Amino acid sequence: MDEYCCLVDLGLINKKGIQLSYVGPYEFLGKNYSKQSWFQEVVVKGNYISDVFMGYRQFPHVAIAVLRRTEEGRYLILRATIDTSKFDNIIASMQLDQESDAFLINREGILQTPSRFYGKTLDKYPMSFPRGNYGPIVVEEVDPQNRKMLVAYAPFTKINYIMVLTKQRSALLKPWYTLRSKMLFIFAISVVTIILVVFKLTDTVVKRVKEADEKRELAYREVQHTHKLSSIGRLAAGVAHEVNNPLAIINEKAGLVKDLIEHTPKFEKKEKYLELVESVLQSVNRCKTITHRLLGFAKRMEVEFENLDLNDLIKEVLGFLEKEALYRNIDISMHMENDLPWIDSDRSQLQQVFLNILTNALAAVEDEGRITISTWGKDQETVVASIQDNGSGMSEETRRHIFEPFFTTKKEKGTGLGLSITYGIVKKLGGDIDIKTKVGEGTTFTIFLPKKQKG
Amino acid sequence: MDPLKVLLVDDEKEFVTTLAERLELRGFQVLIATDGEEALRFFDTDLPQVVVLDLMMPGLSGMEVLKRMKAIDFKIPVILLTGHGATKDGIRGMQLGAFDYLMKPIDINELISKLDDAVKSVP
Repeated sequence: MDEYCCLVDLGLINKKGIQLSYVGPYEFLGKNYSKQSWFQEVVVKGNYISDVFMGYRQFPHVAIAVLRRTEEGRYLILRATIDTSKFDNIIASMQLDQESDAFLINREGILQTPSRFYGKTLDKYPMSFPRGNYGPIVVEEVDPQNRKMLVAYAPFTKINYIMVLTKQRSALLKPWYTLRSKMLFIFAISVVTIILVVFKLTDTVVKRVKEADEKRELAYREVQHTHKLSSIGRLAAGVAHEVNNPLAIINEKAGLVKDLIEHTPKFEKKEKYLELVESVLQSVNRCKTITHRLLGFAKRMEVEFENLDLNDLIKEVLGFLEKEALYRNIDISMHMENDLPWIDSDRSQLQQVFLNILTNALAAVEDEGRITISTWGKDQETVVASIQDNGSGMSEETRRHIFEPFFTTKKEKGTGLGLSITYGIVKKLGGDIDIKTKVGEGTTFTIFLPKKQKG
Repeated sequence: MDPLKVLLVDDEKEFVTTLAERLELRGFQVLIATDGEEALRFFDTDLPQVVVLDLMMPGLSGMEVLKRMKAIDFKIPVILLTGHGATKDGIRGMQLGAFDYLMKPIDINELISKLDDAVKSVP
């Protein structure tokens, strides 16, 4: 029987229902089937296929019976029992995926082949299904595991079986969902990318505009400042010229008065007169200092460049101030880079710069204060000198106006031109000045100077 | 010793007369000129030993007067008075043969010491 694969047994039965021959594992020869319903059905309809049943050997079977008439007018019935694992094999050959299931039920809803989800052979099919005869239909159902399923029913025409194919709805839609989520993902990524790019671009543009604005503002302020300086310069020259001559006359007249008093023998209130005229002469001297500084300020429009050692220059300038520092017990420490490159600059103007800044530093510190002077090479093009004091420092307001002409915190002592001149010179020499200051902690002036002059 | 003969040249009359008086008080013999032409005329008649010359004058400029004086008497020491332009003019004047320069307003003692130096410089 092995070559017939799934046949369990095979037998011939005559019209009286007597088993005439039998091949199989049981002793059915001579058995009378005439009273069984399937026998009567096959006699009437010519064939019969049973529902699946568990036979004596406790595995699912299907019995098939076929009626054949012989030439002599007799008829015989061929009856075979088939192991339904054959069906399973056919279903297996459909290569269903994990979420799908295919099986047979009979019209009473009894599973004829094992189902992946709904029970073994001969279990009751748990969902309702359409009765009657119809073509294949598909319905949506919620199964006992509470999954949304698409179920296809295909009843066989001559047999009592219905082919059932179930597929999880989500599984069925999975490719669509996958595609949709992929597209959503791509869409989201694109949107995010676009937003990022837009933001970045906007940000960059805004930043550029802001930078340009700031630069313009700075340039404008610088131009304004330079303009201010040069008009101050012209004004200074004019004032100096106009004021200097009358000043010279006052100086000589007062001088003569003094001479005359000194040459006259003692007279009433002589000392008082001398005191008065001396006071006039001192005032003239103060005016002279101012006009000469103004002249100096106006003059600083031309420069003469030479190659010089900044360290030496600072030491020279310091020479002028050593006495004051010594007298006031101010500690001046120097941290100068040994092989600081020489620079192309104007010696006398640079002297003025350091003289001004050092004078300010000395004015800012208390007796026994500290001033630190450092020099170093910043990069290929620039050398730097910094002058740090631990003096009184300045407020933000003062710092902002410190380079403006006629701005002074020293009241009568200063002209307010020192740092303005300093700033003008350093700018003219192609350099820059930076100030860091904090009230009560001190001030650091940092001067950047180019090694080579451009052009 | 004869008093030192100084020629003062300045267009500011008040300045030059007062300065002259002060110098005379100190024993100098002083000649006064208020413009370049007048100053140069002294070179024909009454040659001074030393000249104090203002650079800023109407008419002949101080620098021009200096050149002409030097042309007449190369050895005459001239001290320049500068109003504005300060050291630049002073240095230019010295290149033209001036002995020294002073900035107005001047200190009388400084002027006197320069006058002395100037006269001593002449061999």
